[in-house]
Amino acid sequence: MIRHLLSAADLDRETATLVLDTAGQMDAAMAGREVKKLPTLRGRTVVNLFYEDSTRTRISFEAAAKRLSADVITFNAKGSSVSKGESLKDTALTLEAMGADAVVIRHSASGAPHRLSRWVSGSVLNAGDGTHEHPTQALLDAYTMRHRLGRLDGLNVAVVGDVLHSRVARSNVLLLHTLGANVTLVGPPTLLPVGVEGWPAEVSYDFDAVLPKHDVVMMLRVQRERMNDSYFPSAREHARRYGMDARRMAMLPEHAIVMHPGPMNRGMEITPEVADSPRSTIVEQVSNGVSVRMAVLYLMLGGSRPEEV
Amino acid sequence: MSYLIKGARIVDGEPADILIRDGKVAEVGAGLSAAGAAVVDADGLVALPGLLDLHTHLREPGREDAETVETGSRAAALGGYTAVCAMANTDPTADTAGVVEQVHRLGQQAGLVEVQPIGAVSIGLKGEQLAELGAMATSAAKVRIFSDDGHCVSDPRLMRRALEYVKAFDGVIAQHAEEPRLTIGAQMHEGRESARLGLTGWPAVAEEAIIARDALLAGHVGSRLHICHVSTAGSVEILRWAKARLRASGVTGRITSEVTPHHLLLTDAQVGCGSDAHPGSYDPVFKVNPPLRTGEDTAALRDALADGVIDVVATDHAPHTVEDKECEWGYARPGMLGLQTALSIVVETMLERIGWDGVADRMSRVPARIAGLSDHGRDPAPGAPANLALVDPAARWTVDSTALASRSQNTPYAGMELPAAVVATFLAGEATVLDGKAVR
Repeated sequence: MIRHLLSAADLDRETATLVLDTAGQMDAAMAGREVKKLPTLRGRTVVNLFYEDSTRTRISFEAAAKRLSADVITFNAKGSSVSKGESLKDTALTLEAMGADAVVIRHSASGAPHRLSRWVSGSVLNAGDGTHEHPTQALLDAYTMRHRLGRLDGLNVAVVGDVLHSRVARSNVLLLHTLGANVTLVGPPTLLPVGVEGWPAEVSYDFDAVLPKHDVVMMLRVQRERMNDSYFPSAREHARRYGMDARRMAMLPEHAIVMHPGPMNRGMEITPEVADSPRSTIVEQVSNGVSVRMAVLYLMLGGSRPEEV
Repeated sequence: MSYLIKGARIVDGEPADILIRDGKVAEVGAGLSAAGAAVVDADGLVALPGLLDLHTHLREPGREDAETVETGSRAAALGGYTAVCAMANTDPTADTAGVVEQVHRLGQQAGLVEVQPIGAVSIGLKGEQLAELGAMATSAAKVRIFSDDGHCVSDPRLMRRALEYVKAFDGVIAQHAEEPRLTIGAQMHEGRESARLGLTGWPAVAEEAIIARDALLAGHVGSRLHICHVSTAGSVEILRWAKARLRASGVTGRITSEVTPHHLLLTDAQVGCGSDAHPGSYDPVFKVNPPLRTGEDTAALRDALADGVIDVVATDHAPHTVEDKECEWGYARPGMLGLQTALSIVVETMLERIGWDGVADRMSRVPARIAGLSDHGRDPAPGAPANLALVDPAARWTVDSTALASRSQNTPYAGMELPAAVVATFLAGEATVLDGKAVR
């Protein structure tokens, strides 16, 4: 197993498949239990180091580590020594001194987990770094697709919206490519990065045209701060051209699913009819997130296998 | 002190002896002898006119924790330099006669290279109001180069006025070409690597658009313009056009430009993969402004330096403290050390194409002409000021960031083996470096 999970590119097909399979075993192991806890990581310490507010990802990692019986320390940068100007390196040395076996880091600066991995001896898990990557999100998305559609190989997946600033998009492109799916990136040219031609993905500016041939449509969140920065003329125009609504949902193949990493802007990139429809996997993605993160922590920290406990 | 340099090859010429006395070259020839002169065995060495750097950040006053005039001067002497032009983005800004005179005086006190201050174009580098350019020009520091480097003079009206105004004292505006609206939050070259790494891109067009605009402005008002740290293939094409246009009307030397050693050697691939001494990605030792570009850009820059579209090599030596570099990429300050490695990198990338004569042109003679420093950039000949460097062309050395003379350690070349080493440097007839070590 890999020592750090910094990018979805760290996972080859075999390892990624192992994570997804293990997540399935985690699900199964938890299913019959009254007390939702496995003793596999007892005595191990997992630090959640969050430099950016993200309730969703933080509680998902927290739940995953706790269900594996690890000791969990949550270190919110706000209100800690970090806000007093402590550097990432000094924070890393502090965590090292406390004996962290794994550090889960969320940071607004792209590459912060890579820097951290040079300074700690434990494993580093990237829980979202700036506009770079969010590999466990891609894993939980892949898990959700496989669970719903039975396979990943050959699936056609459209990733729609603000690709430029999306760590979810970057990780998904890499992981889905590794797992044999075909990715099409859809959005206005202003929100697709210069250099995207180097990615293993197709690009389209025409959402309607891609809908009929896609098994999965993954909507990306549009950040509020993009709205007044000339990436698109208005929120309404963006919603019309690149939003997922009932009309577009009807253009999808019957089996197709609609995903969103959350939190959603209802009425912006996705309408309530779609978000609350049976095609939507949004709530499943959240619960799958815990299973996938359990699998990652378990595999990276080398805990005992779930069937042995 | 007199020195007799024995058997140095003068630039690309034949081996000869050089006698230095009273600050000047007294004699050049075969089999010279001089009673009382210290003999420097220069067998196998190349004698170059002392190098001159048009673009050095010495950080004093204000950031003496990163570099001082003295430590930067020592690094320069060890790199074969006899003169450096000190950029104006200090704290306080070098935008008054008082500050440029202070830097000039500190340079004289250190006595290791000639420190020629560059004056700011605008007050506080804010790009709003011209600094007192005339006062700096007539000060004891005799400023001729003006630059807001670190910032672009982006207001076209202010740039036009600055270009016009400095004609009164044969000044030149050295432009940091970066359209600021196109580089808000920019972290690295915009292209495949930035797309992959999720870092905000610094598009080539932000440099090229300003160079095109300023070349047109300089042509319109008949002023001298120097473009700092040219970094893209597109900029080369624009400069080629601008120079050809001037040449067609019989004008030369009015638009000049520089390239840094790091833009000749390194590319944006380093951001994602590091180097042997800096393994791992996002290491801010590779963060610089303008950013490292692509392999096509480095190839175009080498071609342009060989064929004269780019006139000179300048280091953009930019010391930063450990805490300003040992952090997240986005929080790190841009810039890298350059004085002690510049010559070796030019040898590595260019020597085969331009020879030692070409090196002397691009690192000494032409920079001296641009800076208006007539004591520098002169080959050893009787009567010339003895500002010289002796280089061992056969040496190979490995860069050790802790062994450099700079107060900072932010060299991107750590662990890299480079060709050619400076053995001795003479400033106004006195040795500043002997046996590859600083004399003081």
